[in-house]
Amino acid sequence: MTNQIIQAILLGGYYALIACGLSFMFSIMKIINLAHGSLLVLSSYLFWWLADSYAISPFYSLSIVIPIMMMIGWALQEFLLQKSARGGELLPILTTFGLAIVLENLLFEYFGADTRSLAPYIGDLSWESWQILTDIYVGKTSVYILLSAISLLASLQLFMQKTAMGRQIRATAHDPDTAGLIGINARKASAIAAAIALGTIAISGLAMSIRGVFDAYSGGPQLLFAFEVTIIGGMGSLWGVLLGGIVLAMAQTIGASIHPQGFLIGGHVIFFVILLARLYMANSVIAIRIKKVFGGLR
Amino acid sequence: MNTAEKTHQDNSDNLSNRANKYANSVKVTRWTAASKRAVILAALLIIALAFAPLFASVGFIDRLTALFIYIILATMWNALAGYGGLVSVGQQAFFGLGAYFTIRIAHLGLDPFVAVALSAVVVAAVSYPISLIMLRLRGGEFAIGMWVIAALIHLLVNLDGLIQGETGISLISLNSYPSQSRLTIIYLLALFSMTGLLVMLFILLRSRQGSAIQAIRDSEEAASSLGVEPEKVKRLLFVLAAFGIGLAGALWLASATSFQPKTYFSVQWSAYMIFMVLVGGIGKFEGAILGAILFFLVETWFSTAGVWYLVGLGAIAIAFSLFLPKGIWGELERRFNWQFLPVGYHVEIKHSDPNKSNNK
Repeated sequence: MTNQIIQAILLGGYYALIACGLSFMFSIMKIINLAHGSLLVLSSYLFWWLADSYAISPFYSLSIVIPIMMMIGWALQEFLLQKSARGGELLPILTTFGLAIVLENLLFEYFGADTRSLAPYIGDLSWESWQILTDIYVGKTSVYILLSAISLLASLQLFMQKTAMGRQIRATAHDPDTAGLIGINARKASAIAAAIALGTIAISGLAMSIRGVFDAYSGGPQLLFAFEVTIIGGMGSLWGVLLGGIVLAMAQTIGASIHPQGFLIGGHVIFFVILLARLYMANSVIAIRIKKVFGGLR
Repeated sequence: MNTAEKTHQDNSDNLSNRANKYANSVKVTRWTAASKRAVILAALLIIALAFAPLFASVGFIDRLTALFIYIILATMWNALAGYGGLVSVGQQAFFGLGAYFTIRIAHLGLDPFVAVALSAVVVAAVSYPISLIMLRLRGGEFAIGMWVIAALIHLLVNLDGLIQGETGISLISLNSYPSQSRLTIIYLLALFSMTGLLVMLFILLRSRQGSAIQAIRDSEEAASSLGVEPEKVKRLLFVLAAFGIGLAGALWLASATSFQPKTYFSVQWSAYMIFMVLVGGIGKFEGAILGAILFFLVETWFSTAGVWYLVGLGAIAIAFSLFLPKGIWGELERRFNWQFLPVGYHVEIKHSDPNKSNNK
């Protein structure tokens, strides 16, 4: 039982990491990037390709893949999202969905149907673990993934609150026209936000390919996990992402213990339960009472 | 007080005079000569198609059945996105459920074709509680939330022992019909369903509800300020789209005979629907039909290209949404003022410029 909870928290760290980019883009640019999963797979393939063809350790190739993904993010904003966001809130859904279809099929065409993993390229790390209690072991990679999720979320939070650029991005997110009036280059701020989002995708792509296998069409399920985490955690809150990841992983673990096929079902069910609770609690008496109690405490 | 009342009277007289004058100068029509001809032609075409099994080849009839199903899918997705403003990437949920319930109902011992029709009704019933949650989401959240619904329903269907997981099952009871008459029945059923759904949507869009739907399409805020209830209208469209897409799934199963959950609950169906509607013209009644026909032709010619075919579909969808967001029909309508199946009104202003007609 304790073991299951610990493993679920570690898995939750992974979910938080893959949701980072989606949540960031959604809170800043108000766009749900349906190509999120496919871009994640693209970055995984980049790591795999660098390791396989040039024998570069995945941890060193972070310094190559992150800039590449950031440039893709800038291009994405400049050539696709910029134009489609002007056409209303529905258009970015369609263009990013189209991009996902194009990307995953191109990856399939280029890399074929074999599943890949980076585990063979990181030496012993892939199976090493720490013993934390007599009968409980935690995989080193899972711990590193959880730690990177926490540090990534913390640095994003700090960047957005403490730096001038972060403030400019937040101002643009709030009201691009007014931000423009006070001398902020809204276009540049959005491009930087998109580049940051894709940079985090590169990190989560590394996490995905180290802890398991992937193929060209792995993007869809990852997108759904990332989206569920974003909604469970409450939109716009970066720490909510961490909480959302852990809740999702817990629900999946409980689902799996109820039924052999219950892992994914558990995750989807908790998503709808929380969605429903949030929608119906919003104006209910209980919610107002809870607010009063907590408001009083503050 | 008297003076005030008189002024008021004068004002309203003046107003009503002006309104009368205005009414005389404006002519509101629905039907134009071209649209009347188009509807008669469409009716004749459908009657002709009904007799096609008498002389067309088996392969041709089979392909036409697929085309009718595509038209249903495009029209229903368009009803949801183009009129309700609800872009969904999870409509495969209802497509798969339509097929699944057909298997289930046929398993009870009912005739497979009765099962097809009943299944669509069950799908519509299931979609109602789903709409209660989903319609509270907006924009992208709704789009991808529907995908979660599809993924969840897919997993739940896999739990049913009858389906045998991803191995799937066939609609075996179809064997009680000889293959030639089976094909003809499915063809006629698809033709009848397509026509029925098109007529249903056409009548709905021309009704009082339809004016509300089109008002919401143009501006939800403005529509609500005029007393339109977007929630009610969107629920109606959601259930209608679920019914139509469920029917399409059931028909697809009847025509393909085997049910593998993975193929029916694939997100590819949403990609196809989006492609058809974007290319044809989102929010245009004729656009969805045109898009489905174009998709059908593209599939017939290029689907052997495999992966590149899918890359092409995605790229074309992006290009259309960026550069031609109203689709091909929207462009034709703008340039030539075509409107063959009128769901809006023509407003002609006689005084100011008799040659200029304003198309709504």
